[in-house]
Amino acid sequence: MTERDDQAPGSQASQSESSPSQGSTAVPDPAALAGRDRLAEQVARTGMFGTLTTGDTSGYGGLQVRRAPRLPSPRPYGSYFDEIADNLDAALTADGSSFAAAVEQVVVANGDLTFYVRREQLRAVASKLRDEPTLAFEMCLGVSGVHYPAEAGEELRAVYHLLSITHNRRLRVEVTVPDADPHVPSLVDIYPTCNFHERETWDFFGLIFDGHPALTRIEMPDDWRGHPQRKDYPLGGIPVEYRGATIPPPDERRSYE
Amino acid sequence: MTASADHQSHGATSTGTAGGDEASYDEYDEGRVYHVSGADWDEVVTAAVGDDRPGDERMVVNMGPQHPSTHGVLRLVVTLDGETVTELRPVIGYLHTGIEKNMEFRSWTQGVTFCTRMDYLSPLFNETAYCLAVEKLLGITAEIPDRATVIRVLLMELNRIGSHLTAVGTMGLELGATTVFIYGMREREKTLDILELITGLRMNHGFIRPGGVAQDLPAGALERLREYVRIMPGLLGEIRALFDAAPAFLARTRNIAYLDVTGCISLGVTGPILRAAGLPWDLRKSQPYCGYETYDFDVPVRTSADAFGRYQVRMDELDQSLRIIGQCVDRLAESAGQPVMIGDAKIGWPAKLALGPDGLGNSPDHIAHIMSQSMEALIHHFKLVTEGFRVPAGQVYAAVESPRGELGCHAVSDGGTRPYRVHFRDPSFTNLQSVSVMCEGGMIADVIAAVASIDPVLGGVDR
Repeated sequence: MTERDDQAPGSQASQSESSPSQGSTAVPDPAALAGRDRLAEQVARTGMFGTLTTGDTSGYGGLQVRRAPRLPSPRPYGSYFDEIADNLDAALTADGSSFAAAVEQVVVANGDLTFYVRREQLRAVASKLRDEPTLAFEMCLGVSGVHYPAEAGEELRAVYHLLSITHNRRLRVEVTVPDADPHVPSLVDIYPTCNFHERETWDFFGLIFDGHPALTRIEMPDDWRGHPQRKDYPLGGIPVEYRGATIPPPDERRSYE
Repeated sequence: MTASADHQSHGATSTGTAGGDEASYDEYDEGRVYHVSGADWDEVVTAAVGDDRPGDERMVVNMGPQHPSTHGVLRLVVTLDGETVTELRPVIGYLHTGIEKNMEFRSWTQGVTFCTRMDYLSPLFNETAYCLAVEKLLGITAEIPDRATVIRVLLMELNRIGSHLTAVGTMGLELGATTVFIYGMREREKTLDILELITGLRMNHGFIRPGGVAQDLPAGALERLREYVRIMPGLLGEIRALFDAAPAFLARTRNIAYLDVTGCISLGVTGPILRAAGLPWDLRKSQPYCGYETYDFDVPVRTSADAFGRYQVRMDELDQSLRIIGQCVDRLAESAGQPVMIGDAKIGWPAKLALGPDGLGNSPDHIAHIMSQSMEALIHHFKLVTEGFRVPAGQVYAAVESPRGELGCHAVSDGGTRPYRVHFRDPSFTNLQSVSVMCEGGMIADVIAAVASIDPVLGGVDR
């Protein structure tokens, strides 16, 4: 537990076990290089509590938390993950493309395999993943959006979870798109189950799925403005009064992130 | 009372309510709009057919969101040609409460209180899926005490029985068999009594926490469970006796709402619908979690791929759940006194609550410790409860087999004390897409049987 607490909040905790590649090239102290890389990263948050509305009385108001660098996992990935990558590479190469051209990055963390797929290649990758007998990811478990407003140029993510019943395997495919151009190709004709899920992700994040047969709001009313799950969309709420004290709505309370 | 712009020329009287709406419809886009409020049906049909488009019997009808047999606030927009459904579109969102957004503003532990309210017929599955995801992010999956895991399995299987009994009972009610509904609710009540004994609540338990469960079993729970396992098979047999060979029920469910394995997989349908189509896919067997691989049970399968097959699969699963509960009771009897929360004090709350005189839980020993013995313990308690624990940055997906299929939790952390994003892949939401495929081309009455056989819970659909 202590090493978890000693880390600066929001720092590279996730890929710490798979961190290699960095600073391994030539000379000086790799720790110093890593520190320099960290300082070159964008500031993700300032202050202790990450809140704008109430005063930060912790004494950490000047704290700058930088975003974690995204680190790829090296080969071998372990488990059945290498086999998936090899089979996908073979299938894509047969089509004139390649694994390296389609997949930006591979991350293995927490026992899950994630392919970061370029959005131009998403449909090609998805149809290979579904149709190739060695891959056979027949079932898509839907798409989930994530919004990282601090990561310029790659603010929005569409995360697909795939399941192969034939081989009893799972795979995560993540697509990164900028907020200024939030277009992702639709997978409805490859995985019809994505119909509702893509509508939901459009509704909540404003991701536009090109080629979806009817991309309309699904949970929010049709005339709703904005996309509520985005980080720049406030939670809302009213102050609660209890025995003379007033408690602000949850998104205005101080946060320890 | 029939009223529309056209019908006034046919002599139907118009009132202010209907008359006010006339301008809001664009007849070019919508086709002709008929207002029906308490009129004689023949008059409506005569008025509609008697004008310049005789024989146009295509109707667009709203079923829901308040229709008593749509299983909740579900709206089905049905296009009818006579009694045949030519097009069916489910419309959802009436129960959307923004639970996923709310969870981003509370600590990881508080998230349980929110996600348990999603699919309100299977709250303990929501909690388990969420806690498994958080534990996977924390990397403490192997450190969860055995007794806590067995209690989780026990609660989930009890919950599965309650959920399936509701599914079967409401299916009966919607098809006109009210006795089955009463029987189902009566048996479910016995299940809820036990859940109330263990967790304190009938639903929205908030009992399964990251790191374990909130409390150990209360005194007398194992005896109650043994009694439950003893009497339930006979009571379930009463439901079977009413349904299994009832001609009216068979006529309304056999070969109705057909969906084969290919259709299920392409639409992402899991759970009893997939197993009734012939694929024995159950995450408890295929990708075991919570130690399910150590329990002895079968995966019921049918090959009829219709509403009756789904009913049969659910009834068979009730028997299997009882088998698992019996094994849980034996294990719990052996492990009495062992911890039910992870030993790591940075994660596990000091949750050894006793019942106070005001009926609320409290932990007198713990309060004495932090208030008068140890300043550090007080700081630790304060930090853990108000701030919560930090979870390493990253993302995971954890899935459990809920009564309706694969319930997945996609949890993303940025290293903070609150979830950065939690998304639930709810089986009801996904399965509901298949209602169009099941119903189009069939009769309007079969829509009811189809929705009942999917068993969607709108709290889970809309979240």
